[in-house]
Amino acid sequence: MSLFVLAIVLLGVAAVALLALAGLPPSIRVARLANVLGPGCVVAACGLGLAGVFSGPWELILQFSLSWGLPLGEFSLGLDPLTRLFLLPVFGLGAVCALSGGLSLRKTRPEEHNLAAHWFFYVLLVAGMAVVLAARDAVLFLIAWEVMSLAPFFLIDFDDSDRKVRDAAWIYLVAAHLGAVLLIAYFALLWQVGGSTDFAVLAAQEHSSYTSALFLLGLLGFGAKSGIAPMHVWMPEAYPAAPGHVAGLQSGAMINAGLYGILRGFDFLGQPVDAPLWWGWCILVLGLATALMGILKALAQSNLKRLLAYSSVENVGIMLVGIGAGVLGAASGHPWIATLGFAGMLFHMLNHSAFKGLLFLCAGEVQQATGTVAMNRLGGLQKRLPLVGGLFLLGAASIACLPPFNGFAGEFVLALSLLDGASLPTVELQLGLLLSLVILGLVSGLALAAYTKAYGITFLGDARSEAAQHPHAAGWRTLWPLLFPAAACVCGGLLAGRCFELVAPTAQIAAHLPPLAELSGARAVDEVGHILDIIAAVGGAVVLLTALLLFVRCRLLRRRPVECRETWGCGYQFGTPRIQYTEASYSEPLGRLFGSVMGLKITEKGGEGLFPGKASLTIAAPDRVRTSLFTPLFEAIERLCNALKIVQHGKIYLYILYILVTLVALLIWGMHA
Amino acid sequence: MSPLTAYLVQFVLALLLAPLLPGIINRVKAKFAGRHGKPLLQLYFDIFKLLRKGEVVSRSASFVLSLGPAVSLATALCALALLPLGGVTSPLAFQGDFLLAAYLLGLGRFAVILAALDTGSSFEGMGASREATFSALAEPVLFSCLLALACVGGALDLETHLSLSGMLGGRPGTEWLLGRSELLFVPVVLFVLLLVENCRIPVDDPNTHLELTMIHEVMILDHSGPNLAYILYGSALKLWFFAALPAGILVPDFPAWWAQALCWLATILLMAVLVGVVESVMARLRMYSVPRLLGGAGVLAALALILTQIR
Repeated sequence: MSLFVLAIVLLGVAAVALLALAGLPPSIRVARLANVLGPGCVVAACGLGLAGVFSGPWELILQFSLSWGLPLGEFSLGLDPLTRLFLLPVFGLGAVCALSGGLSLRKTRPEEHNLAAHWFFYVLLVAGMAVVLAARDAVLFLIAWEVMSLAPFFLIDFDDSDRKVRDAAWIYLVAAHLGAVLLIAYFALLWQVGGSTDFAVLAAQEHSSYTSALFLLGLLGFGAKSGIAPMHVWMPEAYPAAPGHVAGLQSGAMINAGLYGILRGFDFLGQPVDAPLWWGWCILVLGLATALMGILKALAQSNLKRLLAYSSVENVGIMLVGIGAGVLGAASGHPWIATLGFAGMLFHMLNHSAFKGLLFLCAGEVQQATGTVAMNRLGGLQKRLPLVGGLFLLGAASIACLPPFNGFAGEFVLALSLLDGASLPTVELQLGLLLSLVILGLVSGLALAAYTKAYGITFLGDARSEAAQHPHAAGWRTLWPLLFPAAACVCGGLLAGRCFELVAPTAQIAAHLPPLAELSGARAVDEVGHILDIIAAVGGAVVLLTALLLFVRCRLLRRRPVECRETWGCGYQFGTPRIQYTEASYSEPLGRLFGSVMGLKITEKGGEGLFPGKASLTIAAPDRVRTSLFTPLFEAIERLCNALKIVQHGKIYLYILYILVTLVALLIWGMHA
Repeated sequence: MSPLTAYLVQFVLALLLAPLLPGIINRVKAKFAGRHGKPLLQLYFDIFKLLRKGEVVSRSASFVLSLGPAVSLATALCALALLPLGGVTSPLAFQGDFLLAAYLLGLGRFAVILAALDTGSSFEGMGASREATFSALAEPVLFSCLLALACVGGALDLETHLSLSGMLGGRPGTEWLLGRSELLFVPVVLFVLLLVENCRIPVDDPNTHLELTMIHEVMILDHSGPNLAYILYGSALKLWFFAALPAGILVPDFPAWWAQALCWLATILLMAVLVGVVESVMARLRMYSVPRLLGGAGVLAALALILTQIR
């Protein structure tokens, strides 16, 4: 515990030092110092934090409390298995993104960007996330939540000379605060019911009639942070605007905080075993809808980072399916299904942090090298940026849920839980879980299409623009931090059995399921661990066989001619990179089927007359939820606020009159009360 | 003979006989057209010829081009090893191994699609895009078929009923003979999946001369030599995999393993004949009608799943 507190203190000290640096006049020395101090302190603190997480037994529950000057709450931190598990991506990815960001920001001009301020907010974000996960008091939780929500606004706004970036940062800020408002209401209601802000007291309270309202408030409030549809609208705006390392940290670690909130909420609202079935259904259906919508929207994108952002929405949906299956299993008396559901969700959360962090960092490197992430301007990067390309390929294979990488292992545990749905008592539960598995199959098929598109169009073929033809290739010296998440992707697949043995007890404790030893007739954790070992062995066999086949091919081709020729073009020799298949044409067949969900906007201007001249075709995929739900909503609010302008004129004597009227009214009210 | 030896014999048999299936299909098609047709062993000759040749690679290509064929062959081999060949339980069998088999084939597809995109040809991009679309739609259909099988007689043995060996190891055959006729939807759907996943008519025409209308054949236009040999052999193994799935449902449990193995073999060869017949009597569907075919198959599979659950 002391190591963890020390990590938080170190982050706090670093924040103060960076704030002082940020106030100095811009110079190269200050920028360099900030760019060393910031990542250095984050890495040191993350190392301390990880040591704190792993020191002592995993199941041990620790608490650290200080009183503070505020009238409410106290500074109370705690570590338990759930917190420890969620802290892993925060510290792991926090350090990796800091290193990668520090290396890619080396050549920033001090008059353009204030690096000290950037790293100040980065440190705040990491500290905020760590405190959110460890807070054991509602007031502290909300303060940390607010820090965690505010800091990314400044981080996203890094390139603030670009109008689009500023707009994206605003959209993020509004979305984050709408979620925060719901959470303030959630905790205020909890406080009213439970009479304390201490999590331990709140967890011990009796269930009240507010429970269902609290569940919905929590689901919406935490869901807004995680990007559950339809509250995902900020993600595809904020991530493309943010620098790669910020987007990686947000997508890999910050959105987990919302899922953590939903899981922690079961402490206060009643354990999954006693939860009403409709909670489970609600989460399951929401998860499936989010996953399907997310991956279809991802397929429609032509901007690599937007594609990754929508794929985060999809992955959050998959995690929600795990929670939904867990609640349904627990509520209908099948703790084994619940264990697998929650464990699958937690495992997938860890995996998602690894590969999504890796993919966003790679996308950031592509942007650095070519100046763009628009896929129709890229291509052929595998030969020019082989390291970035290879790492992106690894990440893409992992996220498309292909063995032997970690994505498959996580989804497999989740699928086992849905598969066991056949043993549930009622037909609708059985069919609900089995059909969820079928829909997950569709989602992963679409994910394969989306990631072949992301990698294939961006990195393969010929360069589609001058920028992609001559990128500024970065070497190992800049790219080595990316090896950590890449190694996590491989190890998570090959050592999936060990990961499961860590994750399953955490799921048990977090969801208050009966301990495994007491489960009647259930297969033990060992057996699933054993299955995951077989999967890893088969995956290893695939890798070895592939290597063997490549070796055989090399041997066969020795002393034989291997010619390098033009790509076959039906006899046409003068093809240009422009005739390659583009990202829009790649997803066209799926667009025909799911165009309405993908929200494709196709504008076609054909040439007129018998001898048509110039024609054009534009395919865009704006977010329909944003344009047809949130935009009208906020415009209506704006009109309402404008109507209130009658009372605001800028004349001071009238404002003094308002104060007088209010005072008199209060006096009259006070005399009557 | 121990089960492991019996399994290994059949695995080797599958590896040896897989290139025969395309030969049978072609021979059936030739007979329908009144021709003599290529030799039955044509694919063997092709593979050996290609293994002895050099290669021509595209100028645009990177290492991904040669990774594709190797990965697709390796995954097809591993996926085949998860099937209960001839009704003998696979030594690798475990709960939910059908997911691993499906995703292994997915990995092979991923690699082939990327190899196609690697050449920068728009023809190959077209094939890759169609392959990604149709296989994404075929995945849920396959899952619902296998889930319908998984729910049959789950109480018999809890250990392996959720594995491919449990689903296809002869029990469904016994079950439908005892009157669970809803299970007979499943082989029909699996046959449609065979046509889709292996790019046969009515979904794709492997013998067409027009690149614009192809799916699988157009993706491998730029492969040659050993690379093409790997791809051809991998496709033959995949065809064997999908032909073995209906065999697992139709063939009931026999006391002697060799009798069951012979029945499996006969069913698999029969599937090839059936594919040949379908290819001879049908025209290729328009590309945009393929999702409807898959949708119909998906509805049948879902119906089978619901009926098995309700009983």
